[in-house]
Amino acid sequence: MADEVVLLDLYVSMFGMRVRVALAEKGVKYEYKEEDLRNKSQLLLQMNPVHKKIPVLIHNGKPVCESLIIVQYIDEIWKDRAPLLPSDPYQRAQARFWADFIDKKLYDIGKKIYTTKGEEQEAGKKEFIEVLRVLEGELGDKPYFMGERFGFLDIALITFYSWFHAYETLGNFSIEAECPTLISWAKRCMQKESVSRSLADPKKVYEFLVEAYGL
Amino acid sequence: MADEVVLLDYWLSPFGMRLRIALALKGIKYEHKEEDLTNKSPLLLQSNPVHKKIPVLIHNGKPVCESVVALQYIDEVWNDTAPLLPSDPYLKSQARFWADFVDKKIYGYGKALWTAKGEELEAVQKDHLDCIKLLEGELGDKPFFGGETIGLLDVTLLPFASWFSVYEKFGNLSLEAACPKFIAWLKRCFLIQSVSESLPAAEKLYDYVVQMKKKLGTE
Repeated sequence: MADEVVLLDLYVSMFGMRVRVALAEKGVKYEYKEEDLRNKSQLLLQMNPVHKKIPVLIHNGKPVCESLIIVQYIDEIWKDRAPLLPSDPYQRAQARFWADFIDKKLYDIGKKIYTTKGEEQEAGKKEFIEVLRVLEGELGDKPYFMGERFGFLDIALITFYSWFHAYETLGNFSIEAECPTLISWAKRCMQKESVSRSLADPKKVYEFLVEAYGL
Repeated sequence: MADEVVLLDYWLSPFGMRLRIALALKGIKYEHKEEDLTNKSPLLLQSNPVHKKIPVLIHNGKPVCESVVALQYIDEVWNDTAPLLPSDPYLKSQARFWADFVDKKIYGYGKALWTAKGEELEAVQKDHLDCIKLLEGELGDKPFFGGETIGLLDVTLLPFASWFSVYEKFGNLSLEAACPKFIAWLKRCFLIQSVSESLPAAEKLYDYVVQMKKKLGTE
């Protein structure tokens, strides 16, 4: 019996993109459903009653919520190809730690860049670059975060790359100037079809923010 | 070669308590190092340079930080006894989802319950109760969140739940009437030695709150 996979998502969401990348890495066919977050579908409210957020992966009728949890689920179900998490428990713990770090910091700090002005915005930009620098440190001179192979932690972070153009334009600064190693890594990831096809067009992200926040 | 396991901890930390329970459940011998959070040790700062927080599990010299990450690490390394996560990927994802829910929703309430007053306090209490009811729904008729035995979600939630008797003493929250299933689960967990030995006695928590309220002037 064929798998039925549905993804409730928002085109510009860096969290939804993580799931798209994971599904693409595994070559899984799925039905994509775009949500209007100002008018959430019955299906979304039913499948994620606790948080009412996207992304939600619905696999044979059963929902999985929270992007990093979904990516791990995808890795465990379609375990015969393109492993996303390392097999060593310590390496796995490191990958989860850093993915958690990204989730704790990047989105909220990044938000300051387009929702504040003046000194507050400058502080936000500084904080944002600091977080990226810590991640650059963790990357070191490896091609991908966990070594030779693209995986879980790369997926957790690369989707934010589609938001960099918006951050740079709205914050009037250059991320590449501050974090060249990270941008090289990002461009390396973008050479993978699973990534380039799953990430939103940076211009569309920018337009979305301008409209959503009246900028 | 024997495993060397060290836990950098703080007696009051619910996150540290999670690891104590897991290590006890699995029968893992470890060295417990109590940190003074006002004067963090070089070992802590070295082992967790990013957050500088406890708990940190150090296994054969290598640190693992963030309690839910460390719980999964413990479960994967010592996988021959007391499994915390089920083998089914869907059930695993559900356990992880609810553990994440506990971290997002339950921790914040604890703090607010001590410092909020009047209408704000009522709102916090209601939110807290709503979260407990959601968790009760997840528990269903199972003895534990993990099924027949304690699992990841039980371990994640227990340290916060152990505060409930203290809340009730201060008249802040009455769960017995509102969430009998939850209280039954809590009592069932406390019958397990690994749990009761890993959590501070209710009297110690109570005394701590009395001290803290004096300091904050909110008795």
